[in-house]
Amino acid sequence: MNTVLRRILLMIVAVAALGGPIIAGISPAAAADELELRGTLSNPEGEPVPGVRIEVSAETGFTETGTSDSEGTWAVLLPGAATYTVLLIEDSLPPDLGLRDPERNPLTLNVLSRSKTVQFPLGEEAGGGSQWTSRALQLLVDGLAFGLILALAGVGLSLVFGTTGLTNFAHGDLMTFGALAALVFNNYIGLPLVVAAALALVLAVGFGWAQDRGLWRPLRRRGTGLIAMLVVSIGFGILLRYSYLFVFGGSTTQYAEYSGQAGLELGPISITPKSLVASSLAIIALLATIAWLQRSRMGKASRAIADNPGLASASGIDVEQVISRVWIIGTTLAALGGIIYSLSNGVTWIQGFQVLLLVFAGVIVGGLGTAYGALVGCLLVGVLIQMSTLFIPPELKNLGALVFLILILLVRPQGIFGRAERIG
Amino acid sequence: MDWNIIFGQALTQGLGVQAIIYALAAIGLNIHFGYTGLLNFGQAGFLAVGAYALGVTVATFGQSLWLGVAFGLLGSVILALLLGVPTLRLRADYLAIVTIASAEIIRLIARSVTFRDTFGGSDGINGFADEFYALNPFSSGLVWGPVSLTPNKLWITVVGWVLVAVSLLLVFLAMRSPWGRVLKGIREDEEAVRSLGKNVFAYKIQALIFGGLIGTLGGFVFALSNQSVQPDNYATTITFFAWAVLILGGAARVFGPVLGAVIFWFLLIFINLLLSEAVRAGYITIISSTQVGQIRFILLGLSLMLLMIYRPQGILGDKKELALDAR
Repeated sequence: MNTVLRRILLMIVAVAALGGPIIAGISPAAAADELELRGTLSNPEGEPVPGVRIEVSAETGFTETGTSDSEGTWAVLLPGAATYTVLLIEDSLPPDLGLRDPERNPLTLNVLSRSKTVQFPLGEEAGGGSQWTSRALQLLVDGLAFGLILALAGVGLSLVFGTTGLTNFAHGDLMTFGALAALVFNNYIGLPLVVAAALALVLAVGFGWAQDRGLWRPLRRRGTGLIAMLVVSIGFGILLRYSYLFVFGGSTTQYAEYSGQAGLELGPISITPKSLVASSLAIIALLATIAWLQRSRMGKASRAIADNPGLASASGIDVEQVISRVWIIGTTLAALGGIIYSLSNGVTWIQGFQVLLLVFAGVIVGGLGTAYGALVGCLLVGVLIQMSTLFIPPELKNLGALVFLILILLVRPQGIFGRAERIG
Repeated sequence: MDWNIIFGQALTQGLGVQAIIYALAAIGLNIHFGYTGLLNFGQAGFLAVGAYALGVTVATFGQSLWLGVAFGLLGSVILALLLGVPTLRLRADYLAIVTIASAEIIRLIARSVTFRDTFGGSDGINGFADEFYALNPFSSGLVWGPVSLTPNKLWITVVGWVLVAVSLLLVFLAMRSPWGRVLKGIREDEEAVRSLGKNVFAYKIQALIFGGLIGTLGGFVFALSNQSVQPDNYATTITFFAWAVLILGGAARVFGPVLGAVIFWFLLIFINLLLSEAVRAGYITIISSTQVGQIRFILLGLSLMLLMIYRPQGILGDKKELALDAR
C-alpha cells in the first residue's frame, strides 16, 4: 500500500511543482522535503472506503481538504511545521459506516519535520463482521492446540500432586528436558525429528524413573515435609534450568526439520501440518492416559491413592510402585508437551518455566489433584489465552490467564472438578 | 589470580548493597514463612512495587521522591491485600502459586509496550534518585583495605544498613509480643489458634502486609542504589535468592536473614570471581566466561535443595521449630 501511496503522492507533487509534463524525472528526495498528513480508510472487511472528505486546519489559518480515492487513501500537503487539527467530515461517510471511536475526531497532531499517517478506524470491530469471526475461529484453534500442550504437562503435574501431595515447581523444566533431548538427537546427531522425538520420550521415561528413585523417594523415606519438598522442587527446577543454559546457551534454536512450514488453509482457518499431527499425537497420549487411569489396575490404584493414601496402602496397593509409575508417565507427557511446544516456538532453556505458571493456572482452574480437571482446565486456559488477544494486546495475553487463576481461587477455589474438602 | 580483587569484591558485595537488598527481602520472608508459615514466592513483587513507586512518581509524574516512598508503602499494603484475600483461606501451596504468578504479572505489566509511557517498557526508568543523593553527607568515599566505595555508594550502604537494623528491631519487638506469639501459633497449628478465638485470617493478612512492607524497603534500596528500575531485575530469581538467604541463615530467627545474606553473597561472588579469574588466567579451559555467570544460579538451585533436605533450620535455626508440613 505504501509504495502505491508514495507513487500517487509523487505524482501530485510533480504535477503541483512542475506543472505536469515531467513525471519520470522526479527524485524521491523531492518528495521527502514535502510535509504531509495521509491515511487509508477501510471498512471492517478490509475494503477501501472512497469519497470521504478530511479537513486539515491549523491556527495559522491554513485549511485544506483531502478526499479518499478508490483505494481509500487520502493525503494533504502541509505548508510547514505546526499543530494541525484533522477532522473527518462524518457526513461524507457512507450511511452504514460510522467512526469506531467518535471521541478521536477531530485529532490534534503536532507535525515537526516528518510526514505522519493518521488512522481513522471505521465501523464496529466487535460487531461480528466476517473478518472478526474468522480471526476468532483461528484463535480458537490456536488456543486448543496450545491448551493441549498445557494439558500434557498439567495431567502429569496433577497426577504427581494427587499421589504424593507434591506441588512440583520443576515440572516445566521437565518439558524443556524433552524439547532439548529431541534437539540433541535431531540437530546434533542428525536423526529424523520423528525418531529424535521418540528417543527423547524414551529418555524422559528414564528421567522420570530416576527422579523418583534418586530424589523424591529418598525424601519421602526421610519424612521430609511437603513444604520442604516444594522448596526442594523449586531448587531442582533452578538447577535443571541453569544446567540447560550452561550446556546449550541462551539462544532459541529451531529443529532442523519442519521449521518453516506453510499453513494448510481449511476454510477461514490456517493450520500447519506439523501442528495438526502434533495435536493428534497429544490427543492420543491424553486418551491413553485416561484409559490407563480408568482401566488398568495401576491407574485405578493411583486414583485410590489420590483419594486416600492410607486406605489404599492398607488394602494392599504398593504405593511406592504406583508413585514411580506416575512420575514416569508425568515426565513423559511433559516431555511430549515440550517437544510439541518447540515445534513452532523453537527450543530455549527457559521455555518450560515460562509455561509453568500457565500450566498451574490450568490445573487449578480444573481442580488440583484431579487428572480430568487438569485436562479441561488446561484446554480452557489455552483457549482463553489465545482468544483474549481479540480484546487485549498480544503481549499481555498471559496476564489474562493469571488474573483468571486468581479470580477462580476467589469464586471456586477447588476448581471446576475439585471437591471442596481438598483445599480446606 | 588477583586475590586482593577477589576478596575485596566479595567483601564489598557481602557487606554492601546486594546483601542489604536480599537481607531486607529475606527479613520480610522470615515474617511470612519463618514466623507465620506462609509460602510467599512473590517477594519480588513487593520489591518491584517499591522500586517502581519511586521511579514512576518522580520520573513519570514529576512529584517528590518522598511522595514516591509513601506510594510504595501504600502499594505494598494493597498488593498484600490482593494476594492475601483470595488465598490465605486456602492451603499453603495455593499461596505459593498465586504469589509467584502475581510477581510475574507485575513484571509483565511493567515491561509491556502498552504501558511504556508510565513504566518505561523493558528499558525501565532512570533519573529519579537525585533528591536522595542530594542529602548525602559524605564528601569522600571509603577505602578500607581491598574494599572501596564512592561517596554515593557509601551513603546508600549506610542508609541500607540502618533500614536493616530498624527492620530487625521491629521484627524482634513484634515477635516477642503477644501478636508475634499468635503468628507462631498459626504456623504450628492453625486450628488450635482458631479454637482459642483468634481470627487467623486477619493475623495472616497482617503478617503478609508487615513482611511485604519490609520487602518494599528492599525495593527502595535496589532502585536508589542502581539509580534506575529495570523490570527484569524483579524476576522470580530475586525471590528464590531471598529464600536461599533465609533458609541458609535460619528461618524464624531474627538475625537469620542478615547472616544468610552476608554469607550467601560473599560466597556467591567469591566463587564467581574465583572461577572467572581462573578462566581468564587459563587455569580452567573447559568453561567459558559467560558460563561462569550461570554457575551462581546452579549453585543457588543446589543450595536450596541441599539446605532444605539436610539442614532446613539453616545456621541459626532450631530444627524442632521448623518441622513444618503442608496444611
